[in-house]
Amino acid sequence: MSAVEVTQVNKIFNAGKQNAVEALVDVDLVVQPGEFVSLIGPSGCGKSTLLRLIANLLEPTSGSILVNGKPAKQARIDQDYGMAFQQSGLFEWRTVARNIELPLELKGWDKAKRRARSREMLELVKLGDFAKHMPWQLSGGMQQRVAIARALASHPKLLLMDEPFGALDEMTREHMQSELLQICARTSTTVVFVTHSIPEAVYLSNRVVVMSPRPGRITDIIDVELGSDRNEDTREDAAFYGRITAVREALRGVEMAAGARGIEDR
Amino acid sequence: MFIVAIGLVVAMWEAYKAVGPARGGDLLGFKILPRTNDQVMPHVWNMVKRLSDPVQRGTDQTIASVVLSGVWYSFRLALVGFAFGITCGMGIAVLLTRFKLIERAVLPYLVVSQTVPLIALAPLVAGWGGKLQVGGFVWPRWMSAAVLGAFLAFFPVAVGTLRGLKSPSASSLELMDSFASPWHRTLFTLRFPAAVPYIVPSLKLGASAAVVGVVVAEISTGLRGGIGRLIIEYARQATSDPTKVYTGIFGAALVGLGMAALVAASDLALMRHRPKGDAA
Ligand SMILES: Nc1ncnc2c1ncn2[C@@H]1O[C@H](COP(=O)(O)OP(=O)(O)OP(=O)(O)O)[C@@H](O)[C@H]1O
Ligand SMILES: [Mg+2]
Repeated sequence: MSAVEVTQVNKIFNAGKQNAVEALVDVDLVVQPGEFVSLIGPSGCGKSTLLRLIANLLEPTSGSILVNGKPAKQARIDQDYGMAFQQSGLFEWRTVARNIELPLELKGWDKAKRRARSREMLELVKLGDFAKHMPWQLSGGMQQRVAIARALASHPKLLLMDEPFGALDEMTREHMQSELLQICARTSTTVVFVTHSIPEAVYLSNRVVVMSPRPGRITDIIDVELGSDRNEDTREDAAFYGRITAVREALRGVEMAAGARGIEDR
Repeated sequence: MFIVAIGLVVAMWEAYKAVGPARGGDLLGFKILPRTNDQVMPHVWNMVKRLSDPVQRGTDQTIASVVLSGVWYSFRLALVGFAFGITCGMGIAVLLTRFKLIERAVLPYLVVSQTVPLIALAPLVAGWGGKLQVGGFVWPRWMSAAVLGAFLAFFPVAVGTLRGLKSPSASSLELMDSFASPWHRTLFTLRFPAAVPYIVPSLKLGASAAVVGVVVAEISTGLRGGIGRLIIEYARQATSDPTKVYTGIFGAALVGLGMAALVAASDLALMRHRPKGDAA
């Protein structure tokens, strides 16, 4: 059974009206359990829309979406996935621990069980000493780690991330990437990851999905065979640069066709 | 801070009394400068001294104790009105958040409701006193004053709460959706906590509005026992006893202060763990 199965999905915003937008056309994508898949493409090509469709925050205009073999809506109700956005979206009136416990609270877990889990998650993201802190007392990188802990709190098999490191500085960002890889390896989580950065996509992913705008569709899927034990040395690897070039060329094709911009080349 | 402010007001009062024209004066052709004789502007210390005088010759009940009991009575009325106003205001805000259509239909009426002069409404509501009966419950007269307080208090609370309930970002709302949180859970775990920085200042406005509503209602319906009634009684005696009416005004200010202190305390409690300085 695949983790995500998107079949012939179309999404038209404001269908039938003057301002209709064809956000996604004929999208097919299958993600296997344990895989790390990145979505990359120029601004407005529908990356966030595709992620929201998988999360069932939007309904497709046509086509079908299965998550863990269930319809996306059922998967959302069962909290089969966790989600993290560019803004950490922590609730400023809750302590760090209670932010992480939020999804568990909504699932009706009792307090002792929640406490134990938030403790475990804080250890996982290396913030063991910050349970009682308020979010605004943390740095941006730490806040983002709390958001990841919250997304993983109910031990979902699938993690959906929309530019989670987009607001972080380069150093913190590379550090967070390595940590995310370790966490996912340890918890064997499947990830669908939206990014603007080619090196980020290549460093993290098993496969990079290249998309193009107007109308939004998948133009290329590039395999990244860098093995599973990636570390800081991987970033210096010739193979790493090879894959970056491959993704860049695929994107250049997109840009030639669409005349679009918005990809960071770092 | 507060003591300093009171001191300043007293100093300004006495300073104007010392230098201002004794028979009043004109400014830009209007007769607006008040006369400074003891009849119109008594000395502050005389007002304070008056507080300890007996109400009538031959009784040992002081004006202060009468005023204070009036303050206590009006304060409780204002409190009931305020509580009722908060309930209605927040209830309306929740409804308007839930049903967007209602918002467009109802909001204009809320605004219009605040343009109806309270004085016009007061006799109508006062008329319910003793007559209206719901089941075994007879509408007491004091309830009318509380309702008028609520009528003024609900509006700022409704507007502030509505703004606050709508303040969470789209991604916060999506996050709650991704947890499959039903609407009422999202209301209490996200929307209300996010609204607190908007609700607190609206409570401050609502509290003083409730006091104004109650005092005006007491005056215009002649309800006994409260500070409003004392003010008109004392005002009638103003020509012979000018300091007495100010004791009533002190009392009214005291009611307002009490309410303000209450809201300030709730402010402290509610905003305890919030980041400092960026509240709306
Ligand atoms: N709620 C909406 N209503 C109408 N149009 C929308 C809506 N959401 C997205 N769109 C449109 O769909 C297209 C794809 O948007 P989407 O947010 O998925 O792009 P993206 O690839 O995530 O872009 P970015 O890289 O800038 O985040 C855009 O043209 C956008 O204007
Ligand atoms: Mg996006």
